[in-house]
Amino acid sequence: MLDKLFFYLDFPFVRYAIIVGTLISLCSSLLGVTLVLKRYSYIGDGLSHVAFGALAIAAVLKVTNNMLIILPVTIAVAILLLCGSRDSRSGIQIKGDAAIAMVSAGALAIGYLLMNIFSSSANVAGDVCTTLFGSMSILTLKPTDVYLCVILSAIVLVTYILFYHKIFAITFDENFARATGVNVNAFNLLIAIIIAAIIVLAMNLVGALLVSALVVFPALSAMRVFKSFFTVTVAAAVISVVCSLTGIIIAILAGTPVGSTIVAADIVAFLICYTTSFIRCRRM
Amino acid sequence: MFLLKCNKLTLGYNNKDILHSFDYGIHSGEYLCIIGRNGCGKTTFLRGLAGVLRPKSGKIELCDNLRRNQIGYLPQITIAQKDFPASVEEIVLSAFQGKSLLLPFYGKALRKRANECLELTRTENLRKESFRELSGGQKQRVLLARALCAAERLLLLDEPVTGLDPESSQNMYNIIKDLHENKNMTIVMVTHDVEAARNNATRVLNFNEIVQ
Repeated sequence: MLDKLFFYLDFPFVRYAIIVGTLISLCSSLLGVTLVLKRYSYIGDGLSHVAFGALAIAAVLKVTNNMLIILPVTIAVAILLLCGSRDSRSGIQIKGDAAIAMVSAGALAIGYLLMNIFSSSANVAGDVCTTLFGSMSILTLKPTDVYLCVILSAIVLVTYILFYHKIFAITFDENFARATGVNVNAFNLLIAIIIAAIIVLAMNLVGALLVSALVVFPALSAMRVFKSFFTVTVAAAVISVVCSLTGIIIAILAGTPVGSTIVAADIVAFLICYTTSFIRCRRM
Repeated sequence: MFLLKCNKLTLGYNNKDILHSFDYGIHSGEYLCIIGRNGCGKTTFLRGLAGVLRPKSGKIELCDNLRRNQIGYLPQITIAQKDFPASVEEIVLSAFQGKSLLLPFYGKALRKRANECLELTRTENLRKESFRELSGGQKQRVLLARALCAAERLLLLDEPVTGLDPESSQNMYNIIKDLHENKNMTIVMVTHDVEAARNNATRVLNFNEIVQ
């Protein structure tokens, strides 16, 4: 078993997958806590579908580096959804909720349509399945993809640590933060951009449909067990990284699809956390 | 002397004006209670004073050298906050974010001030507790402590006793009264409790008479 693992670790693409997987799961879990607590989980889901649509457009236009299209499009939609359709009184309006459903399903449909009409390969269904569930893309990373991922994750991490307290203040109470003079709009914009970037990155790892699992599961697991924002954030990061590593290693050894194995590991972690909190409640 | 003056202030959401061309002044050192039926614009007015809602026209003038970051605000508690995993200390310290801190740490002076505010609201023993596990009254007192951290001169309170039992309500009123009398804090409180407004306030503003 271990021999087999070390044998695989000799291949650069396996090492790339592990580096990228760790970084992406770290970033996504940090912002996931904010997203879940602000009741924006569904926006994360919608954005990943938008990223899929943008990917299809990039494929049709035959752009060499498809990030040049996916990233700006996703960021634009994130800003629209997170900063635009919000009523300052109570978070998202019903209108905003419907807008997300519309954008999310619409982007998915257009993406699939474009891939079908302008297909360049013989196996359209296989291509689509790969982008949606990320089955193999993580194991076909090129060094440039890895560099891009490392740089983007580094930016996300540094920003998050620098503005950690501001992000907490805005997550807990946007109105109070605004009343005391925090520039809430600017920080919401920043959060929207970071989230879009993370979702685009994470699409490589687990595929468009499973991105929201990567964002939501670690945060929810950590919130079951831990009680302060700091411990929840740290625990979410740890859970996310551990689950991703476990998922990737199992996927390599057992030959299962990477994305769904990672999400399965996240589900197991959630169940463990849920049971722990349940037992603790019964004791008290 | 005025602390805050509204000149021809119009507030509202989207196309609907809730407060129209309203002139009013809040005096330094007073305890003002705002009463009125649901939906008459009390909370909207307070949001305007707090700077959360931008005026559609007219303006709110800060007088007597009052600065924005000397105003504390206690908003109504939201559903999302009720099960928010955060410790009391984290919440109270977050009040200082308006003072443009960039460092990821809080200094000793700020921690000391946070402790003083926790003591004033009798929540110092809850410091390490999780916000979502507190009772309704404790939650309100913690949010009051947070407002106090930000407030140096003016405290804006939006229905601070909603959902509290009579004893906790009385407790809350005593704390606020103490702040007004001994800390020289100007208080503006939105409330449905007409009785308490009569007992504590130095002035009562009835919104039913303004908004028709």
